[in-house]
Amino acid sequence: MRDDVFSLLANLLREKSGLALPRDKEYLLESRLTPVARKHGFDSIDAMCAAVRSAPKQAVIGDVVEAMTTNESFFFRDAAVFQVFRTALLPALLTARATSKRLRIWFAACSSGQEPYSIAMILEEEKAKLAGWTVDLVATDISNEMIQRARDGVYTHFEAQRGLPIQFLAKYFSKEDQGWRIKQPLRDKIKFQNFNLLESYGALGTFDIIFCRNVLIYFALETKRDILDRMARQLSPDGELFLGGAETVIGVTEKFVPHPGHAGIFIPAQAPALDRAVGQ
Amino acid sequence: MKKSWLIVDDSKVIRGIARGILENLGFATEEAEDGQQALDACNRHMPDAVLLDWNMPVMNGIEFLRKLRAMPNGTSPKVFFCTTENDMTRIVEALETGADEFIMKPFDAEILTSKLALQGLT
Repeated sequence: MRDDVFSLLANLLREKSGLALPRDKEYLLESRLTPVARKHGFDSIDAMCAAVRSAPKQAVIGDVVEAMTTNESFFFRDAAVFQVFRTALLPALLTARATSKRLRIWFAACSSGQEPYSIAMILEEEKAKLAGWTVDLVATDISNEMIQRARDGVYTHFEAQRGLPIQFLAKYFSKEDQGWRIKQPLRDKIKFQNFNLLESYGALGTFDIIFCRNVLIYFALETKRDILDRMARQLSPDGELFLGGAETVIGVTEKFVPHPGHAGIFIPAQAPALDRAVGQ
Repeated sequence: MKKSWLIVDDSKVIRGIARGILENLGFATEEAEDGQQALDACNRHMPDAVLLDWNMPVMNGIEFLRKLRAMPNGTSPKVFFCTTENDMTRIVEALETGADEFIMKPFDAEILTSKLALQGLT
């Protein structure tokens, strides 16, 4: 790929989504943007970029950003995370919020919806303990296409099997011509909305838990810091932030520290000493 | 000692694919071509887990599962159906008969590995 084409695309992605694209990820541009170029009637990525350079077309730019920010996901990805949520964090929150009986969870880059639906299934399994509670599940993604997919809740034969216990498939899905579809009552429990992590989080409100797994790895350091610092302001003082297995806050921000008992979970710095004991 | 899988399928190709994936993950494997052969194998040595086709000659998978669960120690193996049957009624029947997991063919290593993790087998 020519240097000027790579620079144009890298700058565009950084500006529109915060995505940092190192030169060794050039192959991703080739594989993901060739279909975008064809869709818009160009012979090649070079031709598409030449057109964008002379007259920026929002439809093309939108599709480029969308193609480059879409990540594969599956149900209960990293099973231990969901086990910790169900057996340790949820019980602690049920105690801590016993008066308000309100729980708010944000899935900050929900892709095609498997992560929020996984949590929604766990909450449904625990519904006896949540009687009388208001639970807000807010799932956002920069990609309109992904948000629509997540909202539809239809998964292929392969997607519906990866990581999903068969008992949950039998209970929460129905078989349709297009694939396996999440049943309406579970779909209704999640509010899906298009949202760019570079925008202000103020309108989203505050949360008890934020899931932001396997997203920050794509951002430059200063963007990571900005996102984490602003997420800290949206999180309850005794709340938790879930990051991906290869992600950390160390060396990025001082607003969060690692949870003393659970890998991959981070808590606001100077958080109250509430149910934080190792092994909780 | 390696945990053992009994792979029960009348297709030699499917048995070969499953054996490759499971042995790659560090399991010992044994094979059977139908439910009766599988019962004989369980009588000789109860495996830790069974990968089980549904439609087979001589004895099908659901009949094997009923007989397995009635055997001494027959409740100990984890049983994963692995079949082209994919109607919800079949899935429910399998679970009610004592299956632990249900994989719909075609499957890949990622599906099998993720299901093993769910059952604490990895």
